[in-house]
Amino acid sequence: MSKAKIDIKYVAKLARVQLSELEEKKLSVQMNDILGYFEKLNSIDVKDIQPMAHAQKVQNVWREGDIAGSVLPKELLEEMAPESRDGQVVVPKVVE
Amino acid sequence: MSDLFYSDIAFLKRGLKQKDFSSVELMKSLINRTNLVESKVKAFIDRDDEDALRQAAESDNRRSKNMTLGPLDGIPVGIKDILAVKGQPLRCASKMLDSYISPYDAKCIEQLKNAGAIIWGRLNMDEFAMGSSTEHSAYGTTSNPWKLDCIPGGSSGGSAAAVASGEVIVSLGTDTGGSIRQPAAFCGVVGMKPTYGLVSRYGLVAFASSLDQIGPFARNVKDAAILLESIVGYDPKDSTSLKVPTENYLSILEESVKCQKKYTLGVPVEFFSKGLDIEIKEKVYKAIEWYQSQGYIIKEISLPHSDLCVPVYYIIATAEASSNLARFDGVRYTHRSKDIESIDDLFFRSRGEGFGEEVKRRIILGTYVLSSGYYDAYYLRAQKIRSLIRKDFDKAFQEVDAIITPTTPTPAFIEGEKSQDPLSMYLNDIYTISVNLAGLPALSLPVGLTQNKLPVGMQIIGKVFGESDILTIAHDFEINHDYKDLRPNL
Repeated sequence: MSKAKIDIKYVAKLARVQLSELEEKKLSVQMNDILGYFEKLNSIDVKDIQPMAHAQKVQNVWREGDIAGSVLPKELLEEMAPESRDGQVVVPKVVE
Repeated sequence: MSDLFYSDIAFLKRGLKQKDFSSVELMKSLINRTNLVESKVKAFIDRDDEDALRQAAESDNRRSKNMTLGPLDGIPVGIKDILAVKGQPLRCASKMLDSYISPYDAKCIEQLKNAGAIIWGRLNMDEFAMGSSTEHSAYGTTSNPWKLDCIPGGSSGGSAAAVASGEVIVSLGTDTGGSIRQPAAFCGVVGMKPTYGLVSRYGLVAFASSLDQIGPFARNVKDAAILLESIVGYDPKDSTSLKVPTENYLSILEESVKCQKKYTLGVPVEFFSKGLDIEIKEKVYKAIEWYQSQGYIIKEISLPHSDLCVPVYYIIATAEASSNLARFDGVRYTHRSKDIESIDDLFFRSRGEGFGEEVKRRIILGTYVLSSGYYDAYYLRAQKIRSLIRKDFDKAFQEVDAIITPTTPTPAFIEGEKSQDPLSMYLNDIYTISVNLAGLPALSLPVGLTQNKLPVGMQIIGKVFGESDILTIAHDFEINHDYKDLRPNL
């Protein structure tokens, strides 16, 4: 982990978040502070240490292969959508 | 009935049973209290008093027919704005979910309803539970009832402040890195984070799924035990929910008074070093001395990786958050930006407008640590050190039954003091986050006030499923001191 310089524009693009110029500037400074602090982790040799994703052992949970049915009624889903038409959610054209 | 709002559950249960007062009268007492102090405390984002009174009337009706449901029948419980209650708004204190109404109940809400509790209010929090002060709420900052220009802590600041100010009897919050214990400490109430997997996360809006747990706030240990008991249990709808026998915490507490077990308590040297406020240090040491005087065995222990908890936590939590929060995309149920031109535009602008500053900061950080070329250096490394942190605890618990630490390095701070410096805000979680990384239970107990009349919290950390141990240890201290009866002057 070398002293990282974060490219905020690129990461914001990956995260699909629009940032104003002011936000980009502010975040660049703050991120470099935070990442600088993270360099503490380099003090540990982590070779041969197993990573831990969960505190307790997790395993697959299966259920019977029957049809569970719809959890929420279609009308409700339509009502929740920011824009809908004829029982469908409206979005801008996704294929040109 | 004006004094009902500061009563404990045992008193209220007895009064309801003996018909000294009704659940409707209790609810009215809380509504009156809230009307009186809420302009100062600002604990609620939203509340539906009519609905609460209707639930109270239903409880009274059940009682008149001798058909009460459970231990909380007729008792109002305040809810953090991150838990789904069918038909009520669920905003996570974010503009992103400004008009969202929950279509179903979270598991813990279903359990509370089955126990007869009155589900009341949407309590303020940091947006999507990201923060330690409630200053990151899109609906305004909650005040600390003890000193109104101070923050109540966070993220569950509204849940803690409402309990401390007598607006609710007990409440639910969530804890990912200290979000129950830190505000409990700042507001002078009991707050408990259970063992990971003990309480179902179904219906809790996910922040960092491997760390999030739901838990109780109360003005005393017994009330926290009663509320916790009502929400534990295996749930097939949460794949990380654990199949363990449930315990009757309240009767364990009642038994413990008759025959107090003298536990061995560990005191980690790393938690009492530099950065710790002197008054907090004194109060916690005084509590440790009390335990010793009562026959508890006190052992100095070491948790050597403690200083790495903050970076490990902020890598893992933000990585998980960046993935979890991808669902808020402006398509199906969230805020959608106006006049969008393309699908990408819809994603970028809806998320840019809907999320607040801290949430964006964490999404960016989480995306970065997971991005190609940085994954091994940050995320994988953090996961490896997480296992070392857990091993530190495993080793300590071979020698001790529970661990005592301060909950926070300082008392509640002034609003605005840290909000522009994220790193100093993150460091406020230094004593609480290792518990989430290791998946352990812990609670914060009030152990007095500073000279400035701000509450001090002591953290008691238990073994996996050691809930009854830490409740018992806390209860023993509580009944031998009068800190639980201290009230803010509102």
